[in-house]
Amino acid sequence: MSLTDVGVAAAGLDVAVAVQRGAFRLQVAATVAPGEVLGVLGPNGAGKTTLLRVLAGLAAVTEGSIRLGGTVLDDAANGTFVPAEQRPVGLVFQNYRLFPHLSVRDNVAFAARSRGARRGDARRHADRFLQQLDLTGLATRKPAQLSGGQAQRVALARALAADPAMLLLDEPLAALDARTRLEVRTELRRHLADFPGPVLLVTHDPLEAMVMTDRLLVIEDGHVVQHGTPAQVARRPATQYVARLVGLNLYPGTVASTDGTVRLAAGGTLTAASSDPLPHTGTDVLVAVRPSAIAVHTDRPASASPRNVWPGAVAGLELLGDRVRVQVEGHPGALVDLTAASVADLDLRPGLSVWLSAKATEVDVYPDPHVRPGPVGEPVPAP
Amino acid sequence: MSARPDRTRATPSGAPRPRDPRRVADPSQRGGVPWPLGLPALVTVAFLLLPLAGLLVRAPWRSLGRLLVESQVVDALRLSLICASAATVLSLLFGVPLAWVLARATFRGRGLLRAAVTLPLVLPPVVGGVALLLAFGRRGIVGQYLDSWFGITLPFSTVGVVIAETFVAMPFLIVTVEGAFRTADRGYEEAAATLGASRLTVFRRVTLPLIGPSLVAGSVLCWARALGEFGATITFAGNFPGRTQTMPIAVYLALESDPEAAIALSLVLLAVSIAVLVGLRDRWLNTGTAA
Repeated sequence: MSLTDVGVAAAGLDVAVAVQRGAFRLQVAATVAPGEVLGVLGPNGAGKTTLLRVLAGLAAVTEGSIRLGGTVLDDAANGTFVPAEQRPVGLVFQNYRLFPHLSVRDNVAFAARSRGARRGDARRHADRFLQQLDLTGLATRKPAQLSGGQAQRVALARALAADPAMLLLDEPLAALDARTRLEVRTELRRHLADFPGPVLLVTHDPLEAMVMTDRLLVIEDGHVVQHGTPAQVARRPATQYVARLVGLNLYPGTVASTDGTVRLAAGGTLTAASSDPLPHTGTDVLVAVRPSAIAVHTDRPASASPRNVWPGAVAGLELLGDRVRVQVEGHPGALVDLTAASVADLDLRPGLSVWLSAKATEVDVYPDPHVRPGPVGEPVPAP
Repeated sequence: MSARPDRTRATPSGAPRPRDPRRVADPSQRGGVPWPLGLPALVTVAFLLLPLAGLLVRAPWRSLGRLLVESQVVDALRLSLICASAATVLSLLFGVPLAWVLARATFRGRGLLRAAVTLPLVLPPVVGGVALLLAFGRRGIVGQYLDSWFGITLPFSTVGVVIAETFVAMPFLIVTVEGAFRTADRGYEEAAATLGASRLTVFRRVTLPLIGPSLVAGSVLCWARALGEFGATITFAGNFPGRTQTMPIAVYLALESDPEAAIALSLVLLAVSIAVLVGLRDRWLNTGTAA
C-alpha cells in the first residue's frame, strides 16, 4: 500500500473476533466509526492488549473477522490475513518501543524509510509531524534522553507519520507520572480528535476512559461486559469492576414489588422512586447508589423522609482527597463519602454501629444485562 | 513493625557494640583469604604470568626493529592480518544469518544443528585440518569436483588459510551473535512491523543495530581466534612463506632456526592479544551505559 492511498478514505472498523490463547478466550464484537475514539476499559489480563495485537496484525484471530472500510484484514473463515507490515494501522505501544539506536527524527521517519523513501525525503516527511507535535527541538535526541511525556509524543508522531487509516493506543499514559499525565492527557485528546480514522484506546484508568473517548467497551476476562457512552457506563455500571472504577455502590437484586422495592442478592432491600419506569416484578436488576448520596447517622433517623433506612457498622475509613470514604458493613454494605468534618462530628471509628439512609430518588434501578461471569456469545447491545 | 525499637541506636554508649550478624556470617567481607585457597591461587597467578614475563625478559629489545622488518616476518604478519580479516568477513556474511536461523527459526533438530555447528569450538584444530582436507582436498568429497570441474585447488593456498581459519573461528561469532539474537527485545521488531517494515528491513534497520555490540564482540573474538590459528592451518594449508605461512607458524618454525626472531614475533602477537582484550573490555563497558 502506498503512502497516498491509505488514510485518505476514512473508513470504519468492524470487528467480530474470538482469540484463543491456551485456556484464555477473548471474544469481542464492535464497530468504530471514522473519527470516533472507542475506549477499551478493563482490568489487567482482560484481553485488551490481545485485542490490539490482533487488530495490528501481530497475532491472528481464531474465529471471526476484522474489516477496515472495504478491506478484510483478517478472516479466519477463508484464511485471509494481512500481516502487520501491510496493514494501514498505527499502534502506540504501552512502553512506546522507540528505537534506541535512532534519533527522534529517524524514529519518526522510520515508516517512510521502510516504504523505500530516501533518507532526505523521509526526514522531511518526519519534520512535518515533529512540528505538529511540537518536537522539532528534540529531533536530534536519542530516546534515552527524553522525558516520559516527550517519549509519548514521539511514539504518537512515529505512528501518525505512517499515515495509518486506524490508530491504536495501548495504555498511552500508563508509563507517565501523575503530573505529566495531566498535561499529556489534554494534549493527546486534541491530537486524537484531529485523527480522521477510527481510534481504539486501551486503558485501565477510568478517568482516561471518561475524558478521552466517545464510547466505551468494557472487557472483563475476555468478554465484553458493557458498551456505551462514558456517561452511561459511569452512571449505570454493569459489573462490580466498573462500579468500583467509577466509584459507585452496585447491588444485584430482583424487583420485589411495583412500588420500586428491590430485594438485594446480598441481603436487605432498597427502594427506588416510583416515578421511574421500573422493570416488572421478578426481573433481575442492578441497583446503583452514589457514595455521596448516602447519609450516616449515629441514631436511627426520626424523620421518615428518606425511604431507605438501614443499620450497619463502620468497617473502615479512608481519606480520598478532600473527603473521607467510609466503608460500612450491613445489609447492604456500602461505601459512603463524607467530609472530614462530618466524620469528626459523628465521631466515626471502626466498629461503631450506625444508621444509613438514602433517598429513593438517589437509588437507580436498571435491568441486569447478566454479563458476569460465564460465556457471552453475542456482543452487549449499547443501552 | 514500626513499633519495634531500633536496637542498634538503643544500645547505651558504654555497652559493647552489637555485632552485625550479616558481617559475621559472610567471611568474604573480612578480606582474609584462608591459605588452602590463597596458596594455589598464588601458584596459578605465577604459572600464568611467568611465561609472559619470560617473553618480555628474554626479548631482544635492541635488535627488535631489525628482526621485525626482515622480509619473512613482515610477510607472515601481513598474511596473518589479511587472512584473519578475510575469515572474519566470511564469518560475518555467513555466520550471522545462521545465528539468526538458530535463534529465531523453529524447526526439528535445531538443537542438534546448533551442537554440530559449534563443534569446531571444542574440536582439536588439527582434526579440523584433516577434516577440511577430506572435504576440500584434491581427493576430498567436494574438492575432487572443484579440481576437475573448475580447476580450483583450495589446500596449500592462501584461500586455504582463510578457509581453515574460518572453520575454526566462525563458531565464536555464531555463538556470540546467536545469544544476542535470542535475548534481543522482540518488541522493537513488532514496532517496526506496525510501521510497515518488511522482515528483511526489520532485520537490517532494527535487529542488527540493536545487537551491534555483540556483533563487534563476536567479530573481535573471531578475528583473534583466526589470527592465532595454527593446527588446522598448517594441516590444510601448509607453511609456504609468503603464501600460507602465518604468524603462529612462522613463530614455531623460527624457534628452531632463529629463537630471537621467534621471540620478536611472539611479542607482536602478545601485543595484538592485549589490544583485543582492552578493546573488548571497553566495548562491553560501553554497552552497559548505551542500552
